[in-house]
Amino acid sequence: MREFGRYVMFIGSLFVRRESFGTYYKLVLEECVQIGVNSAFLFILVSSFIGAVTTVQTAFNMVSPLIPRFVISQVVREMTVLELAPTVMALIYAGKIGSSMAGGIGTMRITEQIDALEVMGINSSSYLVLPKIIASMMMYPVLVIISGVCSLVGGYLIGQAIHIITPTEYVAGLRFAFNQQEIFVAVVKALVFAFLISSISSFKGYYTKGGALEVGIATTEAVTTSVIAILIADYFIVDLIL
Amino acid sequence: MVLEGIDAEFEQGKTNLIIGSSGTGKSVLLKCIVGLIQPDQGLVFYDLRNFTEADKEMKSEIRREIGMLFQGGALFDSKNVEENVMFPLEVLTKMPLDEKRDRANDCLKRVGLENANKKAVSEISGGMKKRVGIARAIVNNPNYLFCDEPNSGLDPQTSILIDELIHEITHELNITTIVVTHDMNSVMGIGENIIFLYKGHKLWEGNSADITNSGVGELDDFVFANKVMSKMRGS
Repeated sequence: MREFGRYVMFIGSLFVRRESFGTYYKLVLEECVQIGVNSAFLFILVSSFIGAVTTVQTAFNMVSPLIPRFVISQVVREMTVLELAPTVMALIYAGKIGSSMAGGIGTMRITEQIDALEVMGINSSSYLVLPKIIASMMMYPVLVIISGVCSLVGGYLIGQAIHIITPTEYVAGLRFAFNQQEIFVAVVKALVFAFLISSISSFKGYYTKGGALEVGIATTEAVTTSVIAILIADYFIVDLIL
Repeated sequence: MVLEGIDAEFEQGKTNLIIGSSGTGKSVLLKCIVGLIQPDQGLVFYDLRNFTEADKEMKSEIRREIGMLFQGGALFDSKNVEENVMFPLEVLTKMPLDEKRDRANDCLKRVGLENANKKAVSEISGGMKKRVGIARAIVNNPNYLFCDEPNSGLDPQTSILIDELIHEITHELNITTIVVTHDMNSVMGIGENIIFLYKGHKLWEGNSADITNSGVGELDDFVFANKVMSKMRGS
């Protein structure tokens, strides 16, 4: 509970004694490239394969000939939009970006770079962390959308390649009983997960004490705590909205 | 309890030294002075301005008059040498980019690193990092300069170079400089006002001329532990 209290106070400290808009603008852009652009390839690769595997496994489980084939792509769509794109990719995002944030800020802490910022009269938490959170909340939803599309395309391609579903059936399944609210849920999840991963990872890095070993521990804790927070938030979002 | 009963005044235009053995509280005292550690008791004043009890805005304002050289340099890894030195100007001033760059390069020239401005932090030596740290500390024309063990990890020649640089800048800019050190070469070379800490207490205050005749046993043990100093004494 003490750790949670410190986290809340840390979030509060991000919004006081802020630097100018111009300073944050540049920092946010740099973080957007770091977080978004540099993660796109990984997201495309992973989500394409997840879509492909989901298609194959769903087809494998279609044991009754009475169930139309388009149900395969319908299941892939539901799983992708509601869970695979926002949640499973968040776990990968926490591992890649969360660990990088915690490690980077933790290293700055142990090499006194954060102290140097404080002595200059700069609110170090706001300067270092706020751009990361803003960039994360801007870029992760975009990555989720890209993931979703790539996952469905991956399923489409594998369906063609191993002849488990025709293109017409696949597209029909994607369109069948589509609920637009699911997109809203996915975007809400993306925003919440982006905030949690970036803030928790930055928090862990910011309060690192010690040396290289402690930075490694903080990085691991950042990822594990982020994952737990994502799973808890996932449940509450789904419970509240769906 | 790390420090107790420290009462000291640091003079403008002089190189003030805080000396003592390792673990005696020198760096803690420096961090209390710059506000990185909040003391449990006692006050820090900057020219009659109560820093310890100031609100965050006032503290931030006073800190913008401070330049600090950290023990390891504390240079930002994501920036090159020139960008590191320009950084305080970027965040704290509204200078045009050309002016910032010129000012940064003037400071790099002052510390003898005019040809290293585009190098990455990882490409420069420890002594060069300290000099870049000094350039960054003075780029915004501070009123107060703090140096935490500026000679640690440096060879004797580079140590003297760093000491002389700090001393010259102090007098050129007429600023209050506080150096934390346990290096007797620095003490004898540039110490104009020296405070000796022992187990968290201030045991002696004076200058480099008086330090060898202080009459304080713990200080004599510290000063003459250095072989050169003890040879000078004839022991």
